[in-house]
Amino acid sequence: MLLYVLRRLLTAIPTLFVIVTLAFFLIRVAPGGPFNQERGLSPEIKANLEAEYGLNDPLWLQYGHYLKNLSHGDFGPSYNLPDFTVGELFARGLPISIQLGASALVLALLLGCLLGTVAALNQNRWGDYAVIALATAGSTIPTFVIAPIIQLVFGLSWKLLPVGGWGGGAMLNKIGPVLTLALPQIAIVARLMRGSMIEALRSHHIRTARALGLSDWSVVVRHALRGAILPIVSFTGPAAAALLTGSIIVETIFAIPGVGRYFVDAALNRDYTLVMGTVVVIAIFTIVFNLIVDIMYAVVDPRVRYD
Amino acid sequence: MLKTLLKATVFAATLAVSVGAFHAPAFADTVYNRGSAAEPESLDPHKTSTIYEADILRDLFQGLVMQDAKANVVPGAAESWTVSDDGTVYTFKLRKDGVWSDGSPVTAEDFVYSFRRLEDPATGAEYASMLYPIKGAEDVNTKKGKLEDMGVKAIDDHTLEITLNAPTPYFLEMLTHQANYPVNKASIEKLGADWIKPGKLVSNGAYTLAEWVPNDHIKLVKNPKFWDADTVKLDTVNYITTEDRSSAMKRFEAGELDSYNDLPTEQLADLKAKFGDKIHIGPYLGTFYFAIKTDKAPWDNVELRNAISMAIDRDFLAEKVWQNSMLPAYSMVPPGIEGYTPSMAKFADMAQIDREDEATKILSKLGYGPDKPLKMQIRYNTSENNKNTAVAIQEQLKPLGVDVSLINTDTKTHYAFLEQKGDYDLARAGWIADYKYPETFLGISRAASGNNYSRYNSPKFEEAMNKAAADGGQPEKRMKDLADAEQIMIDDVGNIPLLYYSYKDIVSPKLHGFVDNVMDVHPSRFISKD
Repeated sequence: MLLYVLRRLLTAIPTLFVIVTLAFFLIRVAPGGPFNQERGLSPEIKANLEAEYGLNDPLWLQYGHYLKNLSHGDFGPSYNLPDFTVGELFARGLPISIQLGASALVLALLLGCLLGTVAALNQNRWGDYAVIALATAGSTIPTFVIAPIIQLVFGLSWKLLPVGGWGGGAMLNKIGPVLTLALPQIAIVARLMRGSMIEALRSHHIRTARALGLSDWSVVVRHALRGAILPIVSFTGPAAAALLTGSIIVETIFAIPGVGRYFVDAALNRDYTLVMGTVVVIAIFTIVFNLIVDIMYAVVDPRVRYD
Repeated sequence: MLKTLLKATVFAATLAVSVGAFHAPAFADTVYNRGSAAEPESLDPHKTSTIYEADILRDLFQGLVMQDAKANVVPGAAESWTVSDDGTVYTFKLRKDGVWSDGSPVTAEDFVYSFRRLEDPATGAEYASMLYPIKGAEDVNTKKGKLEDMGVKAIDDHTLEITLNAPTPYFLEMLTHQANYPVNKASIEKLGADWIKPGKLVSNGAYTLAEWVPNDHIKLVKNPKFWDADTVKLDTVNYITTEDRSSAMKRFEAGELDSYNDLPTEQLADLKAKFGDKIHIGPYLGTFYFAIKTDKAPWDNVELRNAISMAIDRDFLAEKVWQNSMLPAYSMVPPGIEGYTPSMAKFADMAQIDREDEATKILSKLGYGPDKPLKMQIRYNTSENNKNTAVAIQEQLKPLGVDVSLINTDTKTHYAFLEQKGDYDLARAGWIADYKYPETFLGISRAASGNNYSRYNSPKFEEAMNKAAADGGQPEKRMKDLADAEQIMIDDVGNIPLLYYSYKDIVSPKLHGFVDNVMDVHPSRFISKD
């Protein structure tokens, strides 16, 4: 098992290298650069700026520098926020995005599995329909609609929560963003869970368990759940990578200083180093979570073995 | 079930707050939560480029001169100044009680260091051109001259002499720009790139930098060493970034923000009805215009350019598309600069229907009509309002037989394309005044300007602009010359001005001293809060 993990991590390095290389050159293909803006700069001033950031070197040399710095964990300075390095921006923003994303993920998994199971056990009865209706609504209403509604209802009408802001990490400030992030995920998890639970309940070993006279609780929780949870496990990998790296919509609407915004802003601003930072971060998250999913498979599903 | 869960969550959260997860400000402190629509890029005055930094830097630093609550020039780090008879030598007397936040005196040498740093190519300052009127500054910045040869000299600790290339009546206005604020040499040399960090930044203004959480807030606290600290009423100013305009309105309503410096234009009518006189809208020194490629057929024809300009219904754009958050524009220089009357397009007095008739006549005279439609591309940078504007113009020109196609690209692509003098017909652009003087708007149409996207090149206009420069010592004559120059450019349709910008603020009645002005400048040191 340990050997398997090590092997997977080692193969991740060339994968990362390919991703970084592709991203480095692709972003340079986009027209314009970090210093194009409404107020045009004179060629001399632009040249000064480019010299300051080493952008006047040949591209392959810049690439070489970037790789060398990256291997030391140095992501370089941000072009559009020059008072911070890309490393600093992530060091400040990532914990915030992770907190919100992880809370939303846990909430989504717990509630989603619960709702999905309830629906499966009440198949084609009102409980099932209620969950399906909820799940359909949850996955079709976009976050940019949910977020302002939460702000209006909880922030302005009931005055239970602040409308926006991080508030230095106060609990109340996190509720709105977490709910917004979690709702669509709850819907997806509930639907997945319902489907796989129905299937699991029809399987032979469950019939055997029931025939042995085990209680409903024991059948569902100890036997059916284990098989039914597999699709959720595979869903969790990519979902975790996406949720933990923040959401630009939720961060913009709730004014949260996470890193989700950088994925879009950096590209639009041609903030090359920040774009690369986001690429590396999302790549690492995806690789790690896929690995975790594969390990979880071995834990949950006795048929899977890694040697 | 859900309700119980909700209640439990809120209860738990309230508990967390009450045990001290949240830092409440010490009582009796007046705190101004100042909402801002964008994050500043840098708090280094020499790396600054946006108006969002300007607000914060104005609170942190003091230039030689500053702007008061109405954006008029008032003494800053300098208490007085004299100008030589020929208008080229300015001698500033720095105030004796001016100190940095670390207690060291603000000296003439600090300004020499700062102005050199702004021009030094190694700094890579975007706004280096702000000080180009100073003798030798442009040479330094373009690597043709030496730092020591710049026309900035410390006569003694408190006397600074600045020599200009030519009389520049707007020099004092320029000095109010944040790029021209002084920076602290000792701390930059000691701390390097870290000098700008909260707790370390040494500044000479009414406030010091306490916290900066990027994309969240910047906390400024009153600087007790500031020379005029007695009159500063707010103890803390939190600049709170909220990019989403609609969220900002809700945050304002909930009392999380005391003011906010933008409004969602699409909701303007509702906002006015709801918030009444808390909404501040008025003329701002900025022009929204379309560049038109004057060096390319068929647009090299003045008559054709004029016909297109005439046919665009600016009232419709201002009222319907921009919900009166903009005003119809017929000149490049917006109204609001004292002593200057903008030169309007000749058709400004005509009714729109007559303009359209006139435009149709010109088009058919030039041979365009149903059989031979005029084809035109409008390029704009992606934004909801830019798009609506372009679509409206497309519709307005259709009856005249003009076949308009639209191309939208992101901002960086758009301006890179324009700067590289790419091939286009009409392109959206905008200009916000860096200082209160017509030159800032007219300079962009000069042949040599990097912002001359129209590639307008008129010897008559250049001559008029040069004449204005030569009349530097005579402010009134110079204003007249500039108006003449503007008339030439407008008659030539070197650009198509469409709308004047407005400032758009929402301000709590608790705030006092937030005075509306054409620069939308509101220094916190003149603001108080109930």
